[in-house]
Amino acid sequence: MSGRLDGDPIPRRDFLGLAGVWTTTIALLGSLLGMIRLPKPSVLPEASRRFRLGKPEDFPPGTSKVISGQNVLVISSGSGIAAMSLVCTHLGCIVAKTEGGFSCPCHGSFFDQDGQIKAGPAPRGLRWLEVTRAVDGRLVVNAGREVDPGTYYSA
Amino acid sequence: MSKSGIAIITENLRSLPRNFRDSIVRHDRPESDRSRSQAVFSNLFLHIHATRTHIRSLRPSATFGLGIASISLFIILLVTGVLLMVYYKPSIGLAYESMKDIHFVVPSGRLVRNVHRWSAHLMVIAVILHMCRVFYTASYKPPREFNWVIGMGLFIITLALSFTGYLLPWDQLAYWAITIGANIAASPRELTDAVGITQSFDPGGLSKELLLGASEVGQDALTRFYLLHVMVLPLAMGALVGVHFWRIRKDGGIGRPDINQTAAGKGVDDARSLRNLPSSPELSPTKSYGLMCVVDGKTPATDLDPVDTVPSWPYLMRAEVVIFMACVLVSIVLGMLMDAPLKELANPSVPENPAKAPWYFLGLQEMVSYSAFMGGLIIPAIVVLGLGLIPYIDREPNPPGVYFSSRGGKRVAVRSAVFGIVAAVLAVAVPVNFGWLRNWFPDISQIWIIIFNPGSLLTAAYAGWSIRTLQTTQSTRLSAIALFTCFVAGFLITTYVGMNLRGPNWDFYWSSAQWPTH
Ligand code: HEM
Ligand code: FES
Repeated sequence: MSGRLDGDPIPRRDFLGLAGVWTTTIALLGSLLGMIRLPKPSVLPEASRRFRLGKPEDFPPGTSKVISGQNVLVISSGSGIAAMSLVCTHLGCIVAKTEGGFSCPCHGSFFDQDGQIKAGPAPRGLRWLEVTRAVDGRLVVNAGREVDPGTYYSA
Repeated sequence: MSKSGIAIITENLRSLPRNFRDSIVRHDRPESDRSRSQAVFSNLFLHIHATRTHIRSLRPSATFGLGIASISLFIILLVTGVLLMVYYKPSIGLAYESMKDIHFVVPSGRLVRNVHRWSAHLMVIAVILHMCRVFYTASYKPPREFNWVIGMGLFIITLALSFTGYLLPWDQLAYWAITIGANIAASPRELTDAVGITQSFDPGGLSKELLLGASEVGQDALTRFYLLHVMVLPLAMGALVGVHFWRIRKDGGIGRPDINQTAAGKGVDDARSLRNLPSSPELSPTKSYGLMCVVDGKTPATDLDPVDTVPSWPYLMRAEVVIFMACVLVSIVLGMLMDAPLKELANPSVPENPAKAPWYFLGLQEMVSYSAFMGGLIIPAIVVLGLGLIPYIDREPNPPGVYFSSRGGKRVAVRSAVFGIVAAVLAVAVPVNFGWLRNWFPDISQIWIIIFNPGSLLTAAYAGWSIRTLQTTQSTRLSAIALFTCFVAGFLITTYVGMNLRGPNWDFYWSSAQWPTH
């Protein structure tokens, strides 16, 4: 190159070019960051997962009842009332009551009466859901909140 | 005296049709080889072809026309898809009704819908067979390595298009297949749950949320799938197909063993001469093409006689048109004979029993029925990664275009097919007859099932078989043939089992006649 005294390691033209490339890259990466945030919903568009059951008297001990439309089974026993989700913990199909427990139609997971996993690919037992009581005395299930299996609500 | 202005205009008007035509088409009438080649050369759409094609590439057995069949089916899908969009409404309240309208009310709607569905299935078949053809002819060897990777991208996009399209009718089939698919995306939870870190680190939940826009399949999922299906994925497909074809052209057409002796016309010579080019001046590139830079490699053999080549117009194009028309014919005949399924309206409380994915995912569903995380994510990731890396791991200089590369290659392929089939049958038969870990040790931790399940053991057996082949033959090509063949065999067996031998509750039945009736 020319006989410049300071022996510039990067020629000026290259420097300006590189600066341009990097400014553009950084600007584009910045906008990309802004854009990839978009598809992640910050609020999940869902109806409330709480629903009312009815009076405790509607569930005499020793019975169980499927709440249609909610995919929840209400179990009533001497120790109180509990709710169990019927959504299979494998891949989300709805289990059906069969002899001795619940079977999943999709990949054959089998759960016992208490929702414990007995066979098949599901990684864990069925979810038990929180049961509480509203001010008017009726039972409320919160399908969005899980409780330990075997938790019964008694008033 | 010069002409009057009016006379000039009259004259121009009179010659307008010819001038207009000449301004569009800038070559002579395609009546001779020369003018046809000119046409290929100067037309944007035709110039994805070279002007001349090697006769070997035109042999039916060279490609079985599978790449052209794939693109033909894609074109059919684009046309029928646009027609369906005229009436389809991507909303959970209206989608199912609009599908019914298309099926029962819209003129030709049923046929268009059927053709769209069947050509989608055919395209998946064509793409898989095309991939097998490319693999077994060793056509992924340099300089075509990266085109194989692009091909993997096309393969994935093809499957993703099918998957996203599956939800749109919003019937029972759609709803449950997508519920399962989305939960597979969430299945890393199996691992994070087992380790107990889901609260703080939940990649599974995140990917499911990104896919569905919610925690369950609903309107947001439909909107996203619709967007992907009609816009994002077709555009990505178009772009990748463009690169795929462009590279085939730049690599001198499809691979053939004798490319060196008959390097004809424009194009890069075979890989060895490209990379180890002697630096003698008479061989170095000197000719430049138009505005472009100097061509890589040897001077294109412009002075050589185009040995063993024929003009692409008509020979190659005729073959392409035949394949395209065959695809149209088969799709329409299938569409007239069989209706695309439409079950009842999606019902989030009652799953289909059995709930089956489309056939090409049934092998995956079989794997998923052992462990969602291993079978739905890890094994597919291993397969995709393994396939994508083939050209970089097997770098033996086998000539492209020869099936199985050698006698030994054919033998390895046959043996591997037998091994692959036996191993896959065992992987299905053992759990069917004897159960699996959880039946033997009821309290076993999920971790062990994730690691040791029929699917992961089958994958390990295939890997072991291919390593054994590598050790006995010391050939990466033969080892690749062993692995690829095993996976094809496993895919076929598990797909067959999923299609025909699984009934309600995913139980094993020799035939659907034995299914329990309700
Ligand atoms: C949408 C899907 C695809 C389309 C439309 C397509 C189209 C084509 C076409 C038209 C050819 C020319 C030769 C022939 O017809 O066989 C070709 C060659 C090739 N394809 Fe594909 N392809 C697709 C997917 C794939 C896949 C999944 C792979 C592999 C992973 C792949 C890898 C290749 C390679 C390496 C070549 C060069 C073969 C040779 O030189 O012999 N393609 N493709
Ligand atoms: S969803 Fe229940 S076993 Fe797969």
